[in-house]
Amino acid sequence: MSMLSADAVVGTAVAHESAHLHVTGAAHYTDDLPQLAGTLHAAPGLAARAHARVLSLDLDAVRAFPGVRAVITAADIPGVNDCGPVLQDDPVLAGQIVQFHGQPLFAVAADSHDIARRAARLARVEYEDLPAILTAQQALQAESWVLPPIEVTRGDARAALQTAPHRLGGEAVLGGQEHFYLEGQIAYALPGEDQSMQVCCSTQHPTEMQHAVAQVLGWHGHQVNVVCRRMGGGFGGKESQSAQWACLAAVLAYKTGQPVKLRLDRDDDMALTGKRHDFHIRYEAGYDGQGLLLGLILQLTSRCGFSADLSGPVNDRAVFHADNTYYLDQVAIRSLRGKTHTVSNTAFRGFGGPQGMFAIETVLDDIARALGFDPLLVRQRNFYGEIGSTARNVTHYGMPVEDNIIAPLVEELVRSSDYTARRAAIRDFNAHSPLLKRGLALTPVKFGISFTATFYNQAGALLHVYADGTVLVNHGGTEMGQGLYTKVRQIVADELGVPLAAVRCAATDTSKVPNTSATAASSGTDLNGRAAQLAAAAIRERLANYAAELAGVSAGQVSFAAGQVVAGRMNWTFAALCALAYRARIQLWASGFYKTPKIHYDPKTMRGRPFFYFAYGAAVSEVAIDTLTGEYKVLRVDILHDVGRSINPAIDIGQIEGGFIQGMGWLTTEELYWRADGRLMTHAPSTYKIPTGADCPQVFNVKLYDNPNAEDTVHRSKAVGEPPLMLAFSVFFALRDAVAATGTGVPKLDAPATPEAVLRAMQGLGSP
Amino acid sequence: MSTTRPIQFYFRNKLWQVNDAPVTRTVLQFLREAVRATGSKEGCGEGDCGACTVVLGELHGEALRLYAVNACIQFLPALDGKALFTVEDVALAPGVLHPVQQAMVDCGASQCGFCTPGFVMSLWALYESGPAGQPSREQVAEAISGNLCRCTGYRPLFDAAAAAYDLPPVHFERGPVIAALRQLAALPSLNYTAQGTAACVPRTLDELSEALRERPAARLVAGCTDVGLWVTKQLRDIGDTIHLHAVRELQHINRHADVLEIGAAVSLQAAFAAIVPIWPPWQDMARRFASRPVKNAGTLGGNVANGSPIGDAMPALIAMGTRLRLRLGDTERDIALEDFYLAYQRTALGVGEFVRALLIPLPKRGELLRTYKLAKRFEQDISAVCAAFYLQIDDQGLIGTARVAFGGMAATPKRALQCEGALRGRRWDKTAVEAAMLALQADFQPLSDVRASAAYRQTAAGNLLLRFWSETAADAPADDVPRSLGEMRPIAFGEKQP
Repeated sequence: MSMLSADAVVGTAVAHESAHLHVTGAAHYTDDLPQLAGTLHAAPGLAARAHARVLSLDLDAVRAFPGVRAVITAADIPGVNDCGPVLQDDPVLAGQIVQFHGQPLFAVAADSHDIARRAARLARVEYEDLPAILTAQQALQAESWVLPPIEVTRGDARAALQTAPHRLGGEAVLGGQEHFYLEGQIAYALPGEDQSMQVCCSTQHPTEMQHAVAQVLGWHGHQVNVVCRRMGGGFGGKESQSAQWACLAAVLAYKTGQPVKLRLDRDDDMALTGKRHDFHIRYEAGYDGQGLLLGLILQLTSRCGFSADLSGPVNDRAVFHADNTYYLDQVAIRSLRGKTHTVSNTAFRGFGGPQGMFAIETVLDDIARALGFDPLLVRQRNFYGEIGSTARNVTHYGMPVEDNIIAPLVEELVRSSDYTARRAAIRDFNAHSPLLKRGLALTPVKFGISFTATFYNQAGALLHVYADGTVLVNHGGTEMGQGLYTKVRQIVADELGVPLAAVRCAATDTSKVPNTSATAASSGTDLNGRAAQLAAAAIRERLANYAAELAGVSAGQVSFAAGQVVAGRMNWTFAALCALAYRARIQLWASGFYKTPKIHYDPKTMRGRPFFYFAYGAAVSEVAIDTLTGEYKVLRVDILHDVGRSINPAIDIGQIEGGFIQGMGWLTTEELYWRADGRLMTHAPSTYKIPTGADCPQVFNVKLYDNPNAEDTVHRSKAVGEPPLMLAFSVFFALRDAVAATGTGVPKLDAPATPEAVLRAMQGLGSP
Repeated sequence: MSTTRPIQFYFRNKLWQVNDAPVTRTVLQFLREAVRATGSKEGCGEGDCGACTVVLGELHGEALRLYAVNACIQFLPALDGKALFTVEDVALAPGVLHPVQQAMVDCGASQCGFCTPGFVMSLWALYESGPAGQPSREQVAEAISGNLCRCTGYRPLFDAAAAAYDLPPVHFERGPVIAALRQLAALPSLNYTAQGTAACVPRTLDELSEALRERPAARLVAGCTDVGLWVTKQLRDIGDTIHLHAVRELQHINRHADVLEIGAAVSLQAAFAAIVPIWPPWQDMARRFASRPVKNAGTLGGNVANGSPIGDAMPALIAMGTRLRLRLGDTERDIALEDFYLAYQRTALGVGEFVRALLIPLPKRGELLRTYKLAKRFEQDISAVCAAFYLQIDDQGLIGTARVAFGGMAATPKRALQCEGALRGRRWDKTAVEAAMLALQADFQPLSDVRASAAYRQTAAGNLLLRFWSETAADAPADDVPRSLGEMRPIAFGEKQP
């Protein structure tokens, strides 16, 4: 156990800046903000068809329900009826055509949340059913695309396959994932004077909410401001998909002139918001007798849902990550973006990367099993060339891999986890255990850091130093639990040489820092931390010049540490110097702006350097399965992960462990189930099963890999939000390993590997 | 029962009276909307995520019993006569955290923080009324089995639960609460009406009978862990309610000469605590059944009476030959549990009749019992298949009575009669189990649904019979081979496994 130190700066395990509020219930989430008198509560009215024409929409009973104050349909939206983040194909309220089961047709504002929900169920709707495409495979068959297919190739994969000594083809099914942020979607719209609106919203992307709200109201950016102090979890689910709820609350507030809060009930939230894209993977691989890949043709088909949302960049990232840590020489990757009559899938921690990486891990695991090798050997044989080597070190999209540390990292983990000895012991165990089998797998991770849309890689901060020496930081990033505010606070305190207590982070607010990017792509600290650091450095420089002037030394001789400023023989507390500086009319607030260097990328050719750097990691998992029922248990997990030089080891380890368990849930118990008519049946925690405490492995060794970032990031740290999710592949492939021990042949295990899927995979094998 | 009075409970160091809330207003709505005490969160509104966890206090003789429940599905009348504690009540003073809270801060056990108040309450209940001294990891896991966290992966929560006991111990001042609860106990039973709808909380069987005579159509509510969802999720108007939890005669657990009698209002937690020592094969089921807050509020009687095809207690209770004691007015009758279920969510209860107690036969020589749950997740999941096997083996080694019961395989919990027939009169060996597995295929035509496919249910049900055999039969594999996942530990090597 790591006890967190109470007061320190960069590189130490400082507690989350809100921890004391979390544990006392004093942390305010959007629904906890003091409510203005006259606040109304909103709920959406839902369509009960997957694909249909609306013949009539009778809302009389809704309007007549006691306590209802306003009801709106698509026709009541004053501006543009759309909240899509990229394309304009996301209606806030469906008009004539319903495109997924549950799509909102209207919205109600009422005196209470309960009244709004009850009234919203009273609509009478007549539909004319239209044919519905529901799955990725159906979209593939129908060639139904939400965006055009793309292909990335290098060399001649077909020719390489033809000359390869061995060939293997296969398919894999990879399920989607519900975010299950504990705090559901919520927005609270407060109408202001002179055509203005403030929206308090649980969102990872306040700026996008600002523009979406302005658009639906027919307004401009400067009429709307969006505020978010914290979210109760985001995971990508509140990047684009918080917009619909912000827009509906704002339109209802506009219509009624009263504050309107829209908080989705959990079941509605799960039915109405997009999920991680599920994928259908098909491959053909050619390889040599050692398992070295010679050629690969890969087809990645995803279920995007009814609209584009972020499916373009999500699927792009799947293509970019189809190499994981492996050099793909002759390769052709085709990415198909299926349009289906289901909820529009969206960002989710990893953003398509996990799906691409799952594909290549499946290919290599299959090859190893076909050749009879330990899959770890085949994985290692296919690694990118090490730093300094000129061979095998350029990705299929043309980016040199300059910071590759996967081979030594894996070697260290093999050692520290006793992989080799355990592999042998497990083989022995399995030979003597008829009902229970063990499995073991080590899987590596390489994850590209930066938004692939280059323009998003910018951030701003606005830093105030008050005359009493206390500091308030505004920046464009949002806090969803990942510890961004904590790290920014550490960075600023470090830069100004003040104790942590002197620095507070203010709620993220589009009226303070404009044109922000989503807090996504693991970029929060890289971007906003750097912007805040630059703002603090600007103030420090002004103070240093002033102190130097007072002391008659050069600015370079002024030091800031532990709340003291020392210049030659003079010294002040930071607060005292600030008070003097204020009286001397020195500007004590500053902005900081950062844009990621070096990156460039041509979306047409899908070539360039989309990523500033890569983060690496690896995990070993050991599982046991019950051959009678397919039930299983994760017995031990060892992780070694690269976060560069850690700004806060406790927070980084928290991200690693949390990401791992979330990824494990995705690949094991979290199964999304749609009925034949397109209705999602797993729309509540009673039916959709994220991991609980009992699923956390009792032996869970997590270590940081000592490796300062080769690129010049803030304090040489690395992004940590998404990469650890993929460490959970080790659980899935350990299950596959255990399944393989029950028979002969290459096991076909679908993800999520529910007990049923595990049993089915065992049944698919030949007799041992 | 004729006098009406407000709902009264102890909260924030005083007695509260509520007299205008609808009878199905939830405790969470009361906290968040009426009091604007927003520390307790709504994460799901169905008692599955635990973000709303609060702790209730009630008198058990002289002692104060504290236990966690889900505020989102508890109706306000259920608070009557009790003490309510929320996350805002836990700190020792402003700025001075309780050891449980301090340990969570120190261990990095909160990230987004939304689930945190619920964890604090579950761990506070463990601290205040759990075992003395540092709890085991398994005790912590059980205590937080009703709390979902999506951020941390739980490791720091386990660390914090243990680290709380390394901090200087604190003692919660029980005196004023006990005094207040005594004061509440002196009030007449609650007969509450709001907006034309009644909620009665009788305290005796006579009061219950009278309430039922007055309102024969009233909905009986025990722990509210299922009925709560009819209101919060289905938005049903359930009309008048009669709460059973306070009826003294329904709270008894009596061990008679041949049966264990469990009153219908006994919590699942208390019922399992009585059953497991007598019938150890119930241990895993008791652990995996629902979650701790649901077991604290829900009752075995309610699980049985609402007739769900997937309730986890019924297969084992049926296999053991459990009978129900039903009561209508002053008349009681006993019925075999398996005869209680007529069809999907339909039972043999008459109008105004209720389940008074369960009568579970005590163990006899030569009996074998196992009950198994198959679900996607270990904790707090609804079974895809729930199985129970009971065999009586005579002195000749032949199977006399065989009772095999399943949940999740049909519209009601049901016995597998053909399977039983294939076992009866045979020796309990591999050939018998194989014959029984074959016969079982004819007993059920299960459905495919969100929990599992029909094919999986069919296969796994048969394989569970094999598991039963492997754990109990004389000719089963040797003892040094682990037979269940629960026994599995990470592989050891280089030395003999301990």
